Amino acid sequence: MLKRVHFGPSLLPFLLVAPQIAVTLVFFMWPAGQALYQSLLVEDMFGLSTEFVWFENFKDLFSDSYYLGAFKRTALFSFAVATMAMGIALVLAAMVDRIIRGVYVYRTLLIWPYAVAPVVAGALWVFMFDPTLGIFAYALNTIGYDWNHKLNGGEAMTLVVLAATWKQIAYNFLFFVAAIQSIPKPLIEAAAIDGAGPFKRFWTIIFPLITPTMFFLLVVNIVYAFFDTFGIIHAITQGGPYRATEILVYKVWYDGAVAIDLGSSAAQSVILMAIVIIMTVVQFRYIERKVEY
Amino acid sequence: MIENRPFVTILAHTALVLGVLLVAFPIWITFVAATHEAARMTQVPLPLWPGDQFFVNLKQVMLKGVGGENATPVWLMMANSLLMAMMIAVGKIAISLLSAFAIVYFRFPFRMGFFWMIFITLMLPVEVRIFPTFKVVADLGMLNSYWGMTIPLIASATATFMFRQVFLTIPDEMLEAARVDGAGPMRFFKDILIPLSRTNIAALFVIMFIYGWNQYLWPLLITTETGYFTVVMGIKQMLEAAEQAPDWHLIMMTALLAMLPPIVVVLSMQKMFVKGLTETEK
Repeated sequence: MLKRVHFGPSLLPFLLVAPQIAVTLVFFMWPAGQALYQSLLVEDMFGLSTEFVWFENFKDLFSDSYYLGAFKRTALFSFAVATMAMGIALVLAAMVDRIIRGVYVYRTLLIWPYAVAPVVAGALWVFMFDPTLGIFAYALNTIGYDWNHKLNGGEAMTLVVLAATWKQIAYNFLFFVAAIQSIPKPLIEAAAIDGAGPFKRFWTIIFPLITPTMFFLLVVNIVYAFFDTFGIIHAITQGGPYRATEILVYKVWYDGAVAIDLGSSAAQSVILMAIVIIMTVVQFRYIERKVEY
Repeated sequence: MIENRPFVTILAHTALVLGVLLVAFPIWITFVAATHEAARMTQVPLPLWPGDQFFVNLKQVMLKGVGGENATPVWLMMANSLLMAMMIAVGKIAISLLSAFAIVYFRFPFRMGFFWMIFITLMLPVEVRIFPTFKVVADLGMLNSYWGMTIPLIASATATFMFRQVFLTIPDEMLEAARVDGAGPMRFFKDILIPLSRTNIAALFVIMFIYGWNQYLWPLLITTETGYFTVVMGIKQMLEAAEQAPDWHLIMMTALLAMLPPIVVVLSMQKMFVKGLTETEK
């Protein structure tokens, strides 16, 4: 942690960490504390008086069917995004491992959606599926399917899952490629000499050896689906129709900015913080384990 | 390649081409839409092949913006985005370098306390603590300013961790030699540590530039004056303003412009990008 050879005590190290610590205190610790405190308050409609109500906000949330619905939707949404984005990326990574020529070209063509902002990705997908104009909506129409994600909740959810998945494939792909390439070649060659075909080798050697990466990516993908997809949902559906795509992070924003229920919004923030902390701890335990190998 | 199986190789190429098509199709459609005139964009089915209005739309969007007389021109939004992305990327790298240097090379009281305090920032994405942070920024009078848009985002646990890892791999003899030659801490930092971590700085820059450019919710809350709008926010406003009959050709041109800089950064610094991504583990 500390270098064996280091500089002696002085004022300098304090000055060096000061900017980072100042930003952390003012914009992280203080607001987080505020959220914690606010989650225990109830404010009246006009913001004139506040009352300290202990865990009332949390109790209300967990008996609120809308909130529980948002919880379930978030679980479904992140599960769908994580499995699809990881599944497609794994297939592509396994295929890249098979070929010799063109690896760089394929990689280049596959990674750019990572750079696209979530809200821009949302705009692209909402354009392609626009019920009256969109190219996919038109294609579905010609085969007799009437697509309208503005009215149909299931279709709205499908669309946000597609957009969120599209953006995340690149990230997973790069990690899978790195993981597969780090497997020692003699293992695979030995299996090939023993007569195992490409598919058998994939399932019995490559797949088990990349499970740590898969676990890491699962956590990252869930965190992504939980928090980084706000822009996608805001651009495509605004949580609608009839809350069909309202996930937790969207609801925090909506309750705070549109419905102005700050106590409830703060309580939801606190719950989300707890979720992030749990996921970060899980992720770090994994990284530590990897270091021990 | 272990054995020659033409069938599997063909299968691999087919799957990859399909993957590339899946990934690239939305971007192709965006490009095509940006090259047609308004009238063509209301006729179903929409075109799949580019038209000839690319530069007309580009000029319109860049200089006049989308959505009537008072629209913000996209060049201004692009400039705002660029400034925000640069401030966030450079700010994150600068303060992380300094604090990693302090934590690795100095023994001082509360060293571990500071370390853990930085670590905690990793756990609190801005979306989660959005309103309390907004309130702090409002109380400090930083609404509608570039500082308000960037400073709350520049604390970075990931960057601090990465630089700490890098510094720990630098041999102790470096410092001993520097001290024998009479270099003070800041001289050592400037002339030895920074040059040695140059590739990591570049890799981190790519990641943080994209992070900064793609910020959405935060600038949306912080800015109400159109002069501060970023292009990523602008797209959403265009979608909203034109709920009835969106000018898709102009919106898609703006979308194209909004994704161009980060894509250029990723593709031109691809090696750095992959390194930054896989080494910081996000």
